[in-house]
Amino acid sequence: MDLQTLTYIVVGFTFSLYIGIAIWARAGSTKDFYVAGGGIHPIQNGMATAADWMSAASFISMAGLIALSYGGYGGSVFLMGWTGGYVLLAMLLAPYLRKYGKFTVPEFIGDRFYSNSARVVAVLCLIICSVTYVIGQMKGVGVAFSRFLEVDYDTGLYVGMTIVFFYAVLGGMKGITYTQIAQYCVLILAYTIPAIFISLQLTGNPLPQLGLGSTLAGTDVYLLDKLDMVVTDLGFKEYTTNVRLSSINMFAYTMSLMIGTAGLPHVIIRFFTVPKVKDARSSAGWALVFIAILYTTAPAVAGMARLNLIDTLSGEDGQGLVIEERPVWFKNWEKTGLLKYDDKNGDGRIQYSADADTNEMVKIDNDIMVLANPEIAKLPNWVIALVAAGGLAAALSTAAGLLLAISSAISHDLLKGILTPNISEKTELNASRIAMAVAIAGAGYLGLNPPGFAAGTVALAFGLAASSIFPALMMGIFAKGITKEGAIAGMIGGIGVTLFYVFQHKGIMFIPGTAFLGDTPANWFMGIEPNAFGVVGAVVNFAVAFAVSKVTAAPPQEVQDLVEHIRVPVGAGEANAH
Amino acid sequence: MSPLNEQQSKEYWSRNLSLMVKLLVIWFVVSYGFGIILVDVLNQIQIGGYKLGFWFAQQGSIYVFVGLIFYYAKKMGDLDREFGVDEDE
Repeated sequence: MDLQTLTYIVVGFTFSLYIGIAIWARAGSTKDFYVAGGGIHPIQNGMATAADWMSAASFISMAGLIALSYGGYGGSVFLMGWTGGYVLLAMLLAPYLRKYGKFTVPEFIGDRFYSNSARVVAVLCLIICSVTYVIGQMKGVGVAFSRFLEVDYDTGLYVGMTIVFFYAVLGGMKGITYTQIAQYCVLILAYTIPAIFISLQLTGNPLPQLGLGSTLAGTDVYLLDKLDMVVTDLGFKEYTTNVRLSSINMFAYTMSLMIGTAGLPHVIIRFFTVPKVKDARSSAGWALVFIAILYTTAPAVAGMARLNLIDTLSGEDGQGLVIEERPVWFKNWEKTGLLKYDDKNGDGRIQYSADADTNEMVKIDNDIMVLANPEIAKLPNWVIALVAAGGLAAALSTAAGLLLAISSAISHDLLKGILTPNISEKTELNASRIAMAVAIAGAGYLGLNPPGFAAGTVALAFGLAASSIFPALMMGIFAKGITKEGAIAGMIGGIGVTLFYVFQHKGIMFIPGTAFLGDTPANWFMGIEPNAFGVVGAVVNFAVAFAVSKVTAAPPQEVQDLVEHIRVPVGAGEANAH
Repeated sequence: MSPLNEQQSKEYWSRNLSLMVKLLVIWFVVSYGFGIILVDVLNQIQIGGYKLGFWFAQQGSIYVFVGLIFYYAKKMGDLDREFGVDEDE
């Protein structure tokens, strides 16, 4: 069977699975729609959280980011940053927000800071970070379809929107939860199977996590030593020690990603779906177990794919790949524009090096490290088809989670909470379905007409969540004295500073030419790149909130009682009554 | 509201905080400490093909994170039972 047919069969099968689940898991109440009825088992929730969390960026791009753009060790910022946040979530936020026992993140902020204004500011911060994030996912859906199914980008996006529409509008959080569990299984198989084969081929060890630290099969040379040697021969920095700009920058980058992870609303609301406080604690652990399976495999994929690629490009005699003899996968990916060569010296061979003047591999897209992996390793076609289904599962599951966070903030916080508090539950459920449909259409529109800044949006979303939502939630739980004025000023200050810094280096609203400071290390504050600035915004948020709280009237007694109440697990089920 | 009196809830909270601070110190040391600040020192040590600092940055810190969360969940479960505020009754 040819690859195209096989891919259609595998992807078609997974899609019918998602739609089947959608029909089975329809939402009957707002509680079903917002928190899946609150009865999800912690291990199931862990799996759903892992799919919710791991986006197209994790699945398709991360190994390439580590291997190519961040040159090896520098890519550790993603590995530590996108996992360490779960420790913060498990200890600082999830159990307490679960105890509080309501439906959305802005709802907690509004109650704890006894102010509808605080709730609205939280809704705005939530929408800014979730929308910037969802644009990247919609793009991921379109790109994945167009690459794997050879339909055009727009068609791919429409198909993706239809699928998400089905299970998100019908089932809300309930439908999303069960599809995410299925999507996790698809994406993790699709990621690990090629990695296991490649690790076996290169090192004889089936576990990629161990393979990366093993010797190359049939030799006594360590894989990483060999990799360090070949990249330095080509003029790149040593793979295992290549720092991203500076240690301070790596520190700030990792911290921004960690606290951004803990502050992203679509992840936090997943912990509202488990029955008990203790389930919220353990569920964060399970989520990280399921995430770690991919995140500890990714650096192995990165190193091994880089080595394989360099090996192919150096040709049989080490003098460069003879253009006429380049492998089939090379030609296939050339067609998509992800690989491009330019025989500058006209010797009929491709010479790859770090020197821009003589390098003839003019384009190696980061995504190639995962996408072409099965073909480079000569794996059977069904593995390639599975990778297609996995990439789509990763993009769809994250998009659905983000859309739920956005739509519930609109229907539950703005409509039910502030504008029309008297609507019945049935009306609210319908409103939330409409809000979801509008959010999908809006995200689809942004996916079809991506604004100029779409390229850097995912990293930006973390900076924004880190500087606004995380500090507000943490202070809400741990600092009883923070007042509504303090919290509002802190959120605005934090997100403001972060946006200002990004705009001054990248352009106002990312419009080229409006940056008033060049985007170079010399202009950066302490050498911190804009993507890594969220942590500074967070510090500003904390400082402003504490300072303003000092000079404003202390929170009322019932708010202080609320804080006492959420700090103790017992009585979680009754929390709605308070 | 709370089944604990003021004295008990203070003690419950301070023991929660001290457990948390201990675990966050470990969280910080394995990632920022071993993976970034001390990476060059640890890279002098090699385990198999892995330089130790590089291993912490790309593998080890993640395994420790997983362990920390389950340890915290277990210890908090014990603490809840000790104070009679667990949810299993």
